[in-house]
Amino acid sequence: MARIDLDLAHAYKANPQRDEDYALLPLKMTFDDGGAYALLGPSGCGKTTLLNIISGLVKPSQGGVKFDGVEVKDKTPQQRNIAQVFQFPVIYDTMTVAQNLAFPLKNRGVPADRIKQRVGKIAEMLEMSAQLDTRAAGLAADAKQKISLGRGLVREDVSAVLFDEPLTVIDPHLKWQLRRKLKQIHNELKLTLVYVTHDQVEALTFADQVVVMTRGRAVQIGSASDLFERPRHTFVGHFIGSPGMNFLPASLLPASIAKDVPAGATKLGVRPEYVTIADANAAGTVPATVTQAQDIGTYWLVTATVAEGAVVRARLSPDEPIPQPGAQVWLTIFGAHTCFYKDEELVA
Amino acid sequence: MKPVNQKAWFLILPVILCVAFSAILPLMTVVNYSVQDIISPERRVFVGTEWFKSVMRDEDLQGALARQIAFSLSVLLVEIPLGIALALSMPAKGWKSSAVLVVVAISLLIPWNVVGTIWQIYGRTDIGLMGATFKALGFDYSYTGNPTHAWLTVLLMDVWHWTPLVALLCFAGLRAIPDAYYQAASIDGATKFAVFRYIQLPKLRGVLMIAVLLRFMDSFMIYTEPFVLTGGGPGNATTFLSQYLTQKAVGQFDLGPAAAFSLIYFLIILLLCFILYNWMQRVGTADNTSEAGHG
Repeated sequence: MARIDLDLAHAYKANPQRDEDYALLPLKMTFDDGGAYALLGPSGCGKTTLLNIISGLVKPSQGGVKFDGVEVKDKTPQQRNIAQVFQFPVIYDTMTVAQNLAFPLKNRGVPADRIKQRVGKIAEMLEMSAQLDTRAAGLAADAKQKISLGRGLVREDVSAVLFDEPLTVIDPHLKWQLRRKLKQIHNELKLTLVYVTHDQVEALTFADQVVVMTRGRAVQIGSASDLFERPRHTFVGHFIGSPGMNFLPASLLPASIAKDVPAGATKLGVRPEYVTIADANAAGTVPATVTQAQDIGTYWLVTATVAEGAVVRARLSPDEPIPQPGAQVWLTIFGAHTCFYKDEELVA
Repeated sequence: MKPVNQKAWFLILPVILCVAFSAILPLMTVVNYSVQDIISPERRVFVGTEWFKSVMRDEDLQGALARQIAFSLSVLLVEIPLGIALALSMPAKGWKSSAVLVVVAISLLIPWNVVGTIWQIYGRTDIGLMGATFKALGFDYSYTGNPTHAWLTVLLMDVWHWTPLVALLCFAGLRAIPDAYYQAASIDGATKFAVFRYIQLPKLRGVLMIAVLLRFMDSFMIYTEPFVLTGGGPGNATTFLSQYLTQKAVGQFDLGPAAAFSLIYFLIILLLCFILYNWMQRVGTADNTSEAGHG
């Protein structure tokens, strides 16, 4: 197990000039020993590149990677003692489940009785004890992916276990089970886990700390509540939450709110969860026209247009009176949970 | 009630006609010859299984069959491992890969009789590179005089001609393995041999099956190259089944026995391919009993 320090940038092309040439813009971050981290972002944001740099499959073009303070930039995944689980299950077709799980240990010359013990333990955790002597090739996709996970977890001395969207091929109901399993395994084994995903629910439920990435930049590192309450970048506001944060240009705000806007801030951000319907002209409200009201099951999603076509969405409880399309309402957008942004970065 | 529509039969009629004229009717001619003794166009006698019996007792044929089986097995034993090794050592990407592919494929483009001629000259001790080299090294090499030398030269020629086919098939198979497998193996600490044994070889199973069947069938029917190179000699050291058959049918005009033997030949190939195919299928999926359950 190890603490991982990253201070690097990466471009797949030689001589990167502009920001667009970089797969990863210069970033600096630390993964603490025994922590569960998630790299969250849309496709192509650089999260898999970052993961492959940590594991040693990709060498960063600038800067380096330190494990417990030791530079490992030029070391292979084997030398770094990393385990990695890929998006699609990788199994050794000709081996049984037990042989698959034992493979990483066998290659490292672990004694046979120790291998047996570890394989037994991991199989039990993954609920695969009954299938140990089955040939791996014939199993269903989720069982195969469990084997891949198991191979990642079977070594006790790994520096970190990296997951690259490991639940992509898994059915939704099994996804949920496996995610819980991983969380449980993390609590039991106390390994450093880094988990790449584009699914916010997956990231937020799995990890203690989530790194949100977009276009090669890590825009925020924080806990689920940090990301929800204080998005440091408008991208985080958009990306996290369902639906994402509402943003209004500061120029559209009525004088009653404008006086409280921090100097220089150009945008106000408020989560749909914190937007409520208020009395006319109440403090911190704006007038709006409802354009849509959708029943999402446990809540109503009300979409309303403020001045100049700016849209605000609100999540309202079905117990409250729901305004119908066309209705004029006053929406509370300014309160304790409101954030302000300048150049897309949080200012207050 | 299912609607009954017999019109579909008309749609497969062209296929039936094609197959009838290209395969079934010619084969029936052979069957016709194999059960009759044709003395002259007007006089023919039905002899039943007489030709089959006499052909099976023919010692020359038994000899040719034994040589043929030994030859085909040698071809497989040499060409399959060599083809895999060649494919593994070929560069995977870039202009080098394209260049190597072209070079490897060259021998496949040469017509059979030209291959025979090339080796005929190559093996000559007076002007051929290989023959002259052997001679210079003090080795008494002669593919026309020594049965063992002749047999080995034919084998070497086939290896030179067809190993590239196995290599190209394996090369394609290797390229189809996703990178994640190599990455996973590297992370699992697998040695190069383990990568070959547990990833590459299992993933090559499909193409290897095709390679084995193709090479088996082709080598079992080999005719032109040994005919050009050695003419089946010295003695009958390199007379394989198809050449023996041609001698009977065209050389001696024994149409009855030749037809009977053609049918036996055909059945032998069919049977051996069937056995090989099933065996390779089973090797790949041995004790894979859970597969059915998951579909």
